[in-house]
Amino acid sequence: MSYRLRVNPITCEAHGMCAELLPERISLDEWGYPLLGEEPLDPVLVDHARRAAAACPTFALLLQRERQPR
Amino acid sequence: MSRAQSTYPEQPTRTTRPPVGLPRLLAGVPAHGSLDLSEHHSLHGPLPEMTRFRRRRSELIAEIEQAGLRGRGGASFPTAQKLEAVAASRGRPVVVINAAEGEPASSKDATLTRALPHLILDGGELAAQSLGASELIVAVNDSAIAGFESLATAIAERGTPARRSARIRLVGVPDRYVTGQETALVSHLNGGSALPTFAPPLPFEHGVARRPTLVSNAETFAHIALIARHGARWFRELGTSAQPGSALVTLSGPVAYPGVYEIECGAPLGSVIDAAGGLSAPARALLLGGYGGSWVPAEHLEDLCFSAEQLAPYGASPGAGVIVVLSEAACPVAETARLARWLAGESAGQCGPCLHGLGALATTLETIAGQDAHAATRERVEQLLALVRRRGACAHPDGAARLIQSAIDTFQSEFDEHARYGTCERCLAPPELVLGQPRRTRHLSTRRASLNPARRP
Repeated sequence: MSYRLRVNPITCEAHGMCAELLPERISLDEWGYPLLGEEPLDPVLVDHARRAAAACPTFALLLQRERQPR
Repeated sequence: MSRAQSTYPEQPTRTTRPPVGLPRLLAGVPAHGSLDLSEHHSLHGPLPEMTRFRRRRSELIAEIEQAGLRGRGGASFPTAQKLEAVAASRGRPVVVINAAEGEPASSKDATLTRALPHLILDGGELAAQSLGASELIVAVNDSAIAGFESLATAIAERGTPARRSARIRLVGVPDRYVTGQETALVSHLNGGSALPTFAPPLPFEHGVARRPTLVSNAETFAHIALIARHGARWFRELGTSAQPGSALVTLSGPVAYPGVYEIECGAPLGSVIDAAGGLSAPARALLLGGYGGSWVPAEHLEDLCFSAEQLAPYGASPGAGVIVVLSEAACPVAETARLARWLAGESAGQCGPCLHGLGALATTLETIAGQDAHAATRERVEQLLALVRRRGACAHPDGAARLIQSAIDTFQSEFDEHARYGTCERCLAPPELVLGQPRRTRHLSTRRASLNPARRP
């Protein structure tokens, strides 16, 4: 089972919490919006990713379970 | 003989035999006003009774699948697949005819709604019947008054819908670039703002009133109306095997007769321009697919054919059939800067990367086009393009990035010239690309009309 990060760009307001809590995968662009990689999440990082998603003030960061593992 | 037909062909002929060759959709288009119900029936024959399709509801879908019809709103998605997805979702479906045309360079939907309202309503009714839909909604731009009026007249003319069949509703949509986008339209129809929403859920699962909703372009429904009458084999008589049938294109720029033309899919673009009376000025490039599309240098004009596979090597696609010719008298750098500023203004402003990124792109391109060209570099543009792509809820930033990228690639020599010498004498030429009216208010009021023939005397 693999997980993938997604951001809802409409609700995201560039608080930047996610990049603080998951710097391994999330960096911020020049306006403070998160840049996420396309590839599935490393299993080691899943707990951190869950924490980052929970910490997002607008719940814009989504941790989605992949339907078909690649 | 030319393979393209103008908007103004001969008078309606009194036959209901399947038309051979072109025009198909644009047969009998009057120069002014619209075809009324009797004229429409004498031209195309009555709406096929669903007896042919009643035995199994999916027979229309099967026919459309065999015909290989693809959506004509720009994304070119197989229509049968979309119908099937709606049919497979839970709940009684809603069918939406999308005639909201945000693209300033396109006027095919305006032509269809103004002149041939019964053809698109036929297609909508057939789709609604085959899906067992409860409602058929026609979405038209607020500014398209002629289309609004001819549709309203046509809906009244068709009379009370039969029991258990779909109620027809005509709805105005604010004039903006993004309002014709599927999720924006559904949001508007649900009483929200006419802005794109985060997907999933897509409209085929949860659309209007959270019901499975089929949203397709008006031209797609016009093709459905003819496929139901004449069959898939007839549809495939024109076009290529991957892209069968005919398509509507909107041609603008320095040609003798700009306008909406019906062409065979896969036809050479040169034949469309010939049908429009040829070029009235030397062309520098062609914009295909609208303001979210791609530029192709005019020297390739002879090789260009209107189909996805033949345009792919040039990084272009037929999209919603928009062809804009840019003359050699215009400065492509200045035009690109103006277009980028307009696209930035048309951002819904919901997603940060699109809001900030398109604005920054427009500013950078304006600097390149302006006096102090050396202050902004093309590397900065490339950097911003990477920050914009695939980072919005809808495809608006992707389309804008595609257009700017293709402008930089196509007009490399002009961009180099600007970087070295600053403004050119062509910068002073009047703007060629039509960008529509600047939007006045952030929250646009909209005209809504509910026409229920059942309640009419």
